[in-house]
Amino acid sequence: MAYGDYSDEHIKTILGSVQTIAMVGASANPNRPSSFAMKYLRNKGYKVVPVNPGQAGKEILGEKCYGSLEEIPHKFDMVDVFRSSEAAGPITDDAIRLKDEKGISVVWMQLTIINEEAAARAEAAGLTVIMDRCPKIEYGRLNQELGWGGFNSGVISAKRPKARIVS
Amino acid sequence: MSEQFGFETRMIHAGSRPEAVSGARQTPIFQNTSYVFQDVDHAADLFNLQDFGFIYSRLTNPTVSVLEERMASLEGGRGATCCASGHAAQLLIMQALMHPGSRVVVSTKLYGGSITQFGKTFKKFGWHGDFVDTNDLDAVDAAMTEDTKAIFVESLANPGGVVSDLEGLAKIANAHGVPLIVDNTLATPYLCRPFEWGADIVVHSTTKYMSGNGTSLGGCVVDSGTFNWAQNNRFPSLAAPEEAYHGLIFHETFGDMAMTAYLHAVGLRDLGASMAPQNAFQTILGSETLSLRMDRHCENALKIATYLEGHPAITSVSYAGLKSSSFYDLGQKYLPKGQGAVFTAQLKGGFEAGVKLVESVNLFSHLANVGDARSLVLHPASTTHRQLTPEQRSSAGAGDDIVRLSIGLETVEDLVRDLDQALST
Repeated sequence: MAYGDYSDEHIKTILGSVQTIAMVGASANPNRPSSFAMKYLRNKGYKVVPVNPGQAGKEILGEKCYGSLEEIPHKFDMVDVFRSSEAAGPITDDAIRLKDEKGISVVWMQLTIINEEAAARAEAAGLTVIMDRCPKIEYGRLNQELGWGGFNSGVISAKRPKARIVS
Repeated sequence: MSEQFGFETRMIHAGSRPEAVSGARQTPIFQNTSYVFQDVDHAADLFNLQDFGFIYSRLTNPTVSVLEERMASLEGGRGATCCASGHAAQLLIMQALMHPGSRVVVSTKLYGGSITQFGKTFKKFGWHGDFVDTNDLDAVDAAMTEDTKAIFVESLANPGGVVSDLEGLAKIANAHGVPLIVDNTLATPYLCRPFEWGADIVVHSTTKYMSGNGTSLGGCVVDSGTFNWAQNNRFPSLAAPEEAYHGLIFHETFGDMAMTAYLHAVGLRDLGASMAPQNAFQTILGSETLSLRMDRHCENALKIATYLEGHPAITSVSYAGLKSSSFYDLGQKYLPKGQGAVFTAQLKGGFEAGVKLVESVNLFSHLANVGDARSLVLHPASTTHRQLTPEQRSSAGAGDDIVRLSIGLETVEDLVRDLDQALST
């Protein structure tokens, strides 16, 4: 089950403030989980920048792909790690090193990706860290979309949600 | 899944927030087949399972999904899939696990209709049910083969008052790399917590206590989300590429949500046994009072079982709440709040006495259902279990001299008086 006891408010604050996400391990194969997440997050208004050395210079879902976080020529708020727990270590260290230059505030490791040492280093450097979660699932969960598929969102509230306008 | 709110709060609120556009507090009935796409790209995302959303009510419907989330929350599972009936739920989950030549270890004490489904109709698909006394854990272990895909039991069996040793069965299932599937219909998630004892999948006939009014057929498969479908090669539906979705692997893409995603996107899509939105609505209403009703059902049932046990026309009563029951200890362990309200009584007068009882009662309704607000009575040998052989009937706890009682919420003294006059005429 999910790592850590992140409050819904904490996750909401992150997903509500982040605008540009560097997705490390973004796949060019449209049937890989990273592609599902990238497409979904773009539909929700996030700019998602794919990072994958094997695809550097090419496009994934119409976005230019970079070989490393360092190569991204503009600022981004969050690093979304779609790599192994082990690989998350050096990726997190890149994020710590580049945090001021690129404006990074969040390192997010995907479902099943847990690297506590890297997380401790990032938190000591002032970054917010989430592990073992998927931003797509969290976005859907906190916006009443997850339950549409029969999933248990854990969200209970008698407050009237805001209707979202889609034009 | 650990839950932040208590059971009663979840009975009323889980899955059901006020509707965003109108503010409607009770869940609206979306009596609707299909859903407008925002554009072609959105449609593609939905068909590719890349976005959450509705396409067609055979797969998902906003009213049905409220009940699904509620069932998942009440059982403490990751997700739930509602469908047309309890039998549809069993078909759905078995379709996800079985292939021609697959086997499943099944309790001999199942509800008679399930014995027929597993023993006869599933055979036509090449699915073989190995019927075992699942209270004999050594026999269960001995029945496991390389082709076995699951162990299937009822937590509280219909009708014999049999309680399954869920903890022991879960250990055997998981040691063999297969899930334990528990039909929790007669216990309900209020009385019994299968996932907390290690079960992997729970199925329900929501027709019974979940709706509680005898108005609406329904079924549900709840997935704990904790079974690793990729641990061996036995579950290609979840762990191998799915051709109809461009080679997507459910276990890899959806993680702990894989089974629930599969049961909607493949199971309901292709088997088509969807729950009607109106039935989901009625069941949502019922679920709001589940704990209150179950407490009273159990209280009435224990009083009536105790009364019958002392009656001269009765040989025995098989209710797990009675100290005389061989399942008393298991009942205290797995159903500590009460041992349900469906049980059998054995009549000294045999088959004829059973027929006479069901025809002499006035308050008890003679019909083939259980788990209603009303008290119900049935003589299984002449009705639900008549398709079984005498040996099957007897091993299912439904011999010729047996009547099944489903104790309702009426004034218990009235129920006792009704049985008293029927037994003495």
